[in-house]
Amino acid sequence: MTKTVNLDHVTIRFGSYTAVDNVDLSIAGGEFFSFLGPSGCGKTTLLRCISGFVEPTAGRVLIGGKDMRGIGPNKRPTALIFQNLALFPLMSVADNIAFPLEVRGVSKRDRRRRADQLLELIALAGQGDKKVQELSGGQRQRVAIARALAVEPDILLLDEPLSALDLKLRQHMRTELRAIQKQVGLTFIYITHDQGEALIMSDRVAVMSAGVIEQIDVPAAIYDRPRTSFVASFVGETNALHGKVGAQEDDVVALDLPSGRRVFGLAGGNRRYRPGDACTIFIRPEQLKLATAESFNRLPASVIDIEFEGSTRHIRLEAEEAQLRLTLMNEGTPASLAPGDRLELSFDPEIASVLPSGPMAKA
Amino acid sequence: MNVGKGLNVLLTALFITLFFAFLFGPLVIMVITAFNSSVFPRISPWDCFTTDWFRTLAGDRMLLSGLLNTMIIGAGVIIVAVPVGLAGALALAEASDRLRSILYTVMIVPILLPGVVIGISTIIFWNWLSYRLGDLEFLTDGIFLSILGQVTFIAAYSMLVFTSRLQRYDFGLTEAALDLGATPGQAFRKVLLPFLRPAIASAAVLAFLSSAENYNTTAFTIGAQSTFTTVLASKVRYGINPSISAVAVIIIAITLVAAIINEVHGRRRHALLSGGRARARIMGNPILCIAGHPAFVALILLVAIAAAVVAGGRYDSSVCTARILEEKRALQEKLMQQMTPAAPASETTPAPPPPPTSPPSTGGGLNPYSGVFGGGSLPGPANPAPPATPPSPSATSSPSAAGQPTNPYANVFSPGNLPGAAAPSSPPAPPSTSSPPP
Repeated sequence: MTKTVNLDHVTIRFGSYTAVDNVDLSIAGGEFFSFLGPSGCGKTTLLRCISGFVEPTAGRVLIGGKDMRGIGPNKRPTALIFQNLALFPLMSVADNIAFPLEVRGVSKRDRRRRADQLLELIALAGQGDKKVQELSGGQRQRVAIARALAVEPDILLLDEPLSALDLKLRQHMRTELRAIQKQVGLTFIYITHDQGEALIMSDRVAVMSAGVIEQIDVPAAIYDRPRTSFVASFVGETNALHGKVGAQEDDVVALDLPSGRRVFGLAGGNRRYRPGDACTIFIRPEQLKLATAESFNRLPASVIDIEFEGSTRHIRLEAEEAQLRLTLMNEGTPASLAPGDRLELSFDPEIASVLPSGPMAKA
Repeated sequence: MNVGKGLNVLLTALFITLFFAFLFGPLVIMVITAFNSSVFPRISPWDCFTTDWFRTLAGDRMLLSGLLNTMIIGAGVIIVAVPVGLAGALALAEASDRLRSILYTVMIVPILLPGVVIGISTIIFWNWLSYRLGDLEFLTDGIFLSILGQVTFIAAYSMLVFTSRLQRYDFGLTEAALDLGATPGQAFRKVLLPFLRPAIASAAVLAFLSSAENYNTTAFTIGAQSTFTTVLASKVRYGINPSISAVAVIIIAITLVAAIINEVHGRRRHALLSGGRARARIMGNPILCIAGHPAFVALILLVAIAAAVVAGGRYDSSVCTARILEEKRALQEKLMQQMTPAAPASETTPAPPPPPTSPPSTGGGLNPYSGVFGGGSLPGPANPAPPATPPSPSATSSPSAAGQPTNPYANVFSPGNLPGAAAPSSPPAPPSTSSPPP
């Protein structure tokens, strides 16, 4: 049932504009794979290419090892869930779900039976006769999934299906989508600009920027071991300090900041730097700490303001090199910090990534 | 402040009244003339209430065959223009921006062209083609040519209707259908076409109405045959009688009925779709549920119309018309008598007609014209031109109306009896030619 998807050096151009640039990756059968990137990075084009609405300008799309060139979207073993769901407004819920069966000439009775099964799967049993408009956003979402599953596809493609939902529903649907994927065991290819969705649901994530794949990795590695400045700045919050490489020994890089201070971090992507390379060191706000006597990698800073968010405190600080953000867990002790306080921060070299300076995601 | 507000309201009311009077005044007057027995469509002076004009209409062979042709052409235009318009709209929707504006201009040109040009070019082209292909009769048939000529611009109307509907269509739905395994044909039939159904209906109605009312193109393309509009136009040219008003009454009635049913249908649908209380109110109350149903309303309206037709069919205005005729005849008689002494050079003295049964009350005779222009007592206009409502063709054919009044008129219309030379050659001649010299 599950099939692999191979993108073999796929390039897609529209006129002189390159939407997807030489993407080469393979997705295993039964995997939950996400493409994560800002809008306009080419991820939707890539998805439309897999589903057959766009032919690659160069390269091949293979599904289950078979070249898909010239095979239309209605002949591919894929089902696409559209960003706006594209439910048929004039049909009932059951007719929507049974539509793929109807166009395949399945008898009315079998259609109804299958629709009822799928309605049960998405916990909407008995609501088949409702109009699509009578359903809530989350219910429509599930109907769209059921309709796509009715095709019995080998690969389910999802184009930001949760973006129209409110936050609470989105969080709920994340778990639900993951559960459905586990249950039906299909290959899911998921497109999103929401890093939370990508990190929570996916087996692997591909971060895209300007048509290029920046990094493909498991979610934890994407977050903890970014390979490019773009990935580091796009996924999660981060502090970026620019400097020049002073020296490198094995993985550990010494970076000279403009202030004359020297900090240490790990070379991202096992890179080898030469002294003088322009690099940026990225430190997550929750991985900055208040310095103790024995810590090194020290950064003096003064507090600008403090946001209290219940479980955490977000503190903005002014350091000599840049503005920094620090997240402190609420551990029950009363906050002793106040705006204007001067303090020293430090961080563990093991969790800081030194990456070549490059384009960063806009905040 | 308050005065200004009051004045404002007053002016608004006045404006609205005038506006509606402007819109509907002519229609109201026309409807009334359909029931006046006067041979010329007018409301004053009021002669008799009559339904004879509808009988005249029903007996009008030309008009009926024209109506049949109009129906055939209308159906043909719908069959051709709606799909062509839909195809055009789809082409527009899927074209690139630059191509779209060019396509749009090309498609809209037939609307901007004068209908006369379309009519003439249609005949010339098809006649030429027919000639080239070896005299194919049907290529120059009036109905065939009229359908083609009208489709030329009516297809553009349908295209506009479809374009506006398509602007609200999410082409993602078609993509979704394709992705779910539908062939392009299935996606079109099962997803796009149902969405376009309202537009198809309005395009069809629009196509039929524009076809039925079209004159300037049809006048050329119809050739030796005729449609409803060309018959009406020739009637206007050769003299009208209130049967034209009767046509208007029927058209207005059909329009009103259709509008009412449509409105009822729309409201009900809206209430049912909006769900909640409005829906519960309709579905919960059996009387409201039935009374608000468009079919029920249509039934009531049809019964009302049938009743009106039956009542109108039974109504016999012959007594009243006979009386009016008699009055006019008597008036004319009187005038002639008064004129005779004043006309020294008359060759023949008219034989005294049988004495009027009910002479005009304005006796006196101090001044021969006082009776004529004195108003009040006179049923006819100051100029006694229309000689006492001659029986129209259909009136003569209906036995009840025909029998009596013909005799008294034998004298009046017999040329020998008239002093002047110009005598109406046929009784139903229109007023302009029939004024006998008094």
